Amino acid sequence: MTNWSVILNIAKTHLITKMKSTVTASLGVTFGIGAYITLVSFMTGLNEMLDDLVLNQTPHIHLYSEIEPTLNQPVSRYQAYEDAFNIVHSVKPKLSQTKIHNALPILNYLNTDENVLGATPELRAQIFYLSGSLELGGNLVGVDIMESVRLYNMRDYIVEGTPEALKNTENGILLGAGLANKMSLSIGDRVQISTVKGDIFPLKIVGIYQSGIAEIDDIQSFANLNTVQRILGEPQNYITDINIKLYNLQSAPTMARSLEKQFAVKATDINEANAQFETGSNIRNLITYAVSITLLIVAGFGIYNILNMLIYEKMKDIAILRATGFSGKDVQLVFMSQAMIIGAVGGIFGLIIGYGLSRLIDNIAFETQALPTITTYPINYNLGYYLIGITFALVSTFIAGYLPSNKAKHIDPVRIIRGT
Amino acid sequence: MEGDNFVLETKNINKYFRKPVDFHVLKDISISIKKGEFASIMGKSGSGKSTLLYILSTMDRDYTGALYLNNELVTGKSQKELSRIRNKHIGFVFQFHYLLSEFSVLENVMLPAKKLAEKSYIQIKKDALEKLEMLHIGHLAKQRASRISGGEKQRVAIARALINNPTILMGDEPTGNLDSHNSENVFSIFKQLKEEVGLSLLVVTHDEDFAKRTDRIIQMEDGRIVKQ
Repeated sequence: MTNWSVILNIAKTHLITKMKSTVTASLGVTFGIGAYITLVSFMTGLNEMLDDLVLNQTPHIHLYSEIEPTLNQPVSRYQAYEDAFNIVHSVKPKLSQTKIHNALPILNYLNTDENVLGATPELRAQIFYLSGSLELGGNLVGVDIMESVRLYNMRDYIVEGTPEALKNTENGILLGAGLANKMSLSIGDRVQISTVKGDIFPLKIVGIYQSGIAEIDDIQSFANLNTVQRILGEPQNYITDINIKLYNLQSAPTMARSLEKQFAVKATDINEANAQFETGSNIRNLITYAVSITLLIVAGFGIYNILNMLIYEKMKDIAILRATGFSGKDVQLVFMSQAMIIGAVGGIFGLIIGYGLSRLIDNIAFETQALPTITTYPINYNLGYYLIGITFALVSTFIAGYLPSNKAKHIDPVRIIRGT
Repeated sequence: MEGDNFVLETKNINKYFRKPVDFHVLKDISISIKKGEFASIMGKSGSGKSTLLYILSTMDRDYTGALYLNNELVTGKSQKELSRIRNKHIGFVFQFHYLLSEFSVLENVMLPAKKLAEKSYIQIKKDALEKLEMLHIGHLAKQRASRISGGEKQRVAIARALINNPTILMGDEPTGNLDSHNSENVFSIFKQLKEEVGLSLLVVTHDEDFAKRTDRIIQMEDGRIVKQ
């Protein structure tokens, strides 16, 4: 039977009378955990920001109609030449439409699928932006703007104006930031665009779009889907791309393959498109953990040292406790609980300091052209890291406390009392 | 078991020191202490009297032979059981008082009873104050143990030894570090405990005057009992 209140009381008294050592040992843990929390919050915040930059804008599955040559040329189907070696020169792509066949039923089907967070139609049109006598080549993308806001954080990239303004303006356009610069245009101005066929349409600029990737911002603009359909002179079912966002990113590859088969369209998934991002994140995480663990090991050695010293100082106390009926295990528990108290107190202060530093970094201005939505350094306040932090503090102090306290357990009280 | 009123009994206890050289310190020690007896062990330095006492106190387990406490064999019990026995049945007073210097006098006295956990905190506190009063040091209860004089420390140590109402009180030169006034004081406390409470006492001492006034002197020489 262990009498915890007595043991904790002894441990507490030891810690309070040795305030200096206690504080030093706790500070070791505090700095270790604090640094870990700060580092991991900052690093993962940065990771998340970089991932979001690309992944948030990217649909999990992208459906489109690919222009490609027929795999089986007619000659190979002709039974008379079945055993012959056929060579077809200058194969041309099959004449097919760039729109997705039966796009609206597919959209309806996808939007009722329970794995799908949302599927949005898109119409990509090649156009020219007219500025005086100058023609700038580019894209006009017809989208369901409110769905894009919901699924792809479109609002973050509209640096001037609002998505609602586009929704409510029949002939509105969200002009790419690079284009707006080149043509010296801003909200409220009109821009003339011309289709490949030569028709000219005036559009009203209701917002400026900046993705942070210059190549896109220099050519791409957004408009409502039906506006673009009208400009191209195409009906309501003319859709070139369908973007799908899933609840679970991991299921994207299998779903892409099955959609390809089901609807005879081309489907690419996010993993194909962005495999390299995973690698970068993993390596940054690895560095973060390597540094944090090093810090905590150093703190652990500090605790080990201080407890060792404390046990030498408290030899007589140990002997008295043993003589008055405390078992070796009780003595061990006294020193173990000291280590754990140091670990818990130091760890909790570490979390607080880590949180404070994170807040501080979070408020430092960080502005870059490439990231229009970011104004301060990114921080990830994930409760999980705080749990890992306190767990690590307790585990490392447990190990650091176990060895000296085990020694205290095996001290022979008779030898100390007799002074031999 | 012969004699039901023995509180402590040993049969053929032998002990060897292995380091630094093999040395036979205790040779066939067989003694017994009756209930309510005040016995002292005397002998020259190195005669093995302290070694014997630590075996009797159950702290030293490295010996051969048999040790009975309250007619119960304690030899061969686990460390944990022995701790419990020490806690409940044996009070110990050392030469150098050995109090926990960072705790108050009262806390020092209460500690073994808290460990035993048979009484409530309030009861333990009341008992501890009672023991301190009995030894005329009730006024020191709140003092830090490191702030009181040597004689007072020894009395606190006695109070601590008595807190669980042990079967036997053991002392290793309890007066060895005290002046004659305080020695006298400690002796009269022991005497009083024997007479009023019926406590059994076993004290190792150098002090011949002290020993002569006890009920029985166990004389040791070169690891043997020469007279008891």
